[in-house]
Amino acid sequence: MCGIVGLFIKDPKLEPQLGALLAEMLDIMCDRGPDSAGFAVYGSGKDGTVKLTLRGPAGTDFAAIGTALGHEVTPRDTHAVLTVPAAAEADVRAALKSRFPAIDVISTGARMELYKEIGLPADVAKRFKLETMSGTHAIGHTRMATESAVTTDGAHPFSTGSDQCLVHNGSLSNHAGLRRRLEREGLTLTTENDSEVAAAYLTYRMREGDTLGEALEHSLGDLDGFYTFVVGTESGFGVLRDPIACKPAVMAETDQYVAFGSEYRALAGLPGIENARVFEPEPAKVYFWDRAA
Amino acid sequence: MTLSVTQAVLDGAKLVDLSTSSVRELNAALHALAPDSNETFWKVAHPNGRHAIAAGLDADIDIEIDGPVGYYCAGMNKRGRVVINGNAGVGVGENMMSGFIHVKGDASQSAGATAHGGLLVIDGNASARCGISMKGIDIVVKGSVGHLSAFMGQAGSLVVLGDAGEALGDSLYEARLFVRGTVAGLGADCIEKEMRDEHKALLAEKLKAAGILGEVDIGEFRRYGSARTLYHFHVDNVSSY
Repeated sequence: MCGIVGLFIKDPKLEPQLGALLAEMLDIMCDRGPDSAGFAVYGSGKDGTVKLTLRGPAGTDFAAIGTALGHEVTPRDTHAVLTVPAAAEADVRAALKSRFPAIDVISTGARMELYKEIGLPADVAKRFKLETMSGTHAIGHTRMATESAVTTDGAHPFSTGSDQCLVHNGSLSNHAGLRRRLEREGLTLTTENDSEVAAAYLTYRMREGDTLGEALEHSLGDLDGFYTFVVGTESGFGVLRDPIACKPAVMAETDQYVAFGSEYRALAGLPGIENARVFEPEPAKVYFWDRAA
Repeated sequence: MTLSVTQAVLDGAKLVDLSTSSVRELNAALHALAPDSNETFWKVAHPNGRHAIAAGLDADIDIEIDGPVGYYCAGMNKRGRVVINGNAGVGVGENMMSGFIHVKGDASQSAGATAHGGLLVIDGNASARCGISMKGIDIVVKGSVGHLSAFMGQAGSLVVLGDAGEALGDSLYEARLFVRGTVAGLGADCIEKEMRDEHKALLAEKLKAAGILGEVDIGEFRRYGSARTLYHFHVDNVSSY
């Protein structure tokens, strides 16, 4: 069992509340996954820059790292967002690796920031001050581990491409073979986790030219197991359930937002929920919302 | 155990507000009702999708729940009449023994699962596995049902005014299935059967119980049941199990 929440804002007036609304949703889903939690938030970005989300041991002096590298850094507990010119990303990564080997880069993107830690999801959200974050869309996950250990690396979301992330409820049975295939295609996977394979698969498909919707469509044929996925890209938000649909999912749509929850409880506090179109996403059907570029 | 449910009386009903009382308190109060209790009409406010609301009833009472409920609402119900003014989560009326449950919205997966008796009416759609392993319940769905509905259904009836998903009635025993719309596919050992007068009479009885007799044309329904070839293991059928 795991819990998934997602919120895709349509009405810009709601964007400042994105983090606060997601934090409340995540809190309610603690029951479904008390081991660890994580979330990805698509916030603001500056043209020509990328945001690297860094993770370090407790007590890491991220401000000093920012100063040493000469880039803007915004620390949040064990994570920090380093904003660098897009052209300098490779150099910054190399510098981090050589000068600050204890630091992991866990995501990159023009707008996406990603945070995850072990602990009760409500506490994890507070540590990172999720309630203060704004943005256009966000995805969160509460984990009850089944396929790999309870570690920060094993927490969701998984990001295997720029501005791409995935959260998963379920378990995949062909992840080992698929991981080998993806590694041959040049993708880098850093954990033994089955969900990371799903994320990497979507990254691979999109690299080959698929839209997120098409990549999800292809995963119906290539991924074996049971799953409810919620995925994010810089402009989009997608949902897919396997054909048997063992894992729960409920969605709500209003003029202001599209929301996803593993259970309706997670959606009950959203504004205007009483008049929302509440529906259960159908098995093996790709749902996809995209923000007009 | 204390029964400190926050209660008020509204329209002659006991009102329990789940924003101030817990589901455990509500259910404990319902379970503690004496057989001759005059508290036969209960209203539940702010359910907000909470699980197991009014589960385990064994009382001749009416309960009206004002909003969406979570998992296993009115599960194991015996004699109670439960109306849900909203959607229901997984397993509404699961293992119901008798009584009546009316979902005024949609129901999630496994509605009426394993239930032995009573009537479950769903105004909207029910998703996958509606009536899975049903053992005597009557289920009337005004919308459509998802895949694997009535899987291993042993007794009772499933009436669907809309469509049915893949693998309807897979490994069916003696539950009776009536579908007015299209069926995406029949499960193993489920076949269409002739709709004789006795079946039309049975269907009319179920529609009447659901309060919609005369609103739909019985002639539009098709009947599905068990071909009875998989009751006992036979090696020739091994690929069908």
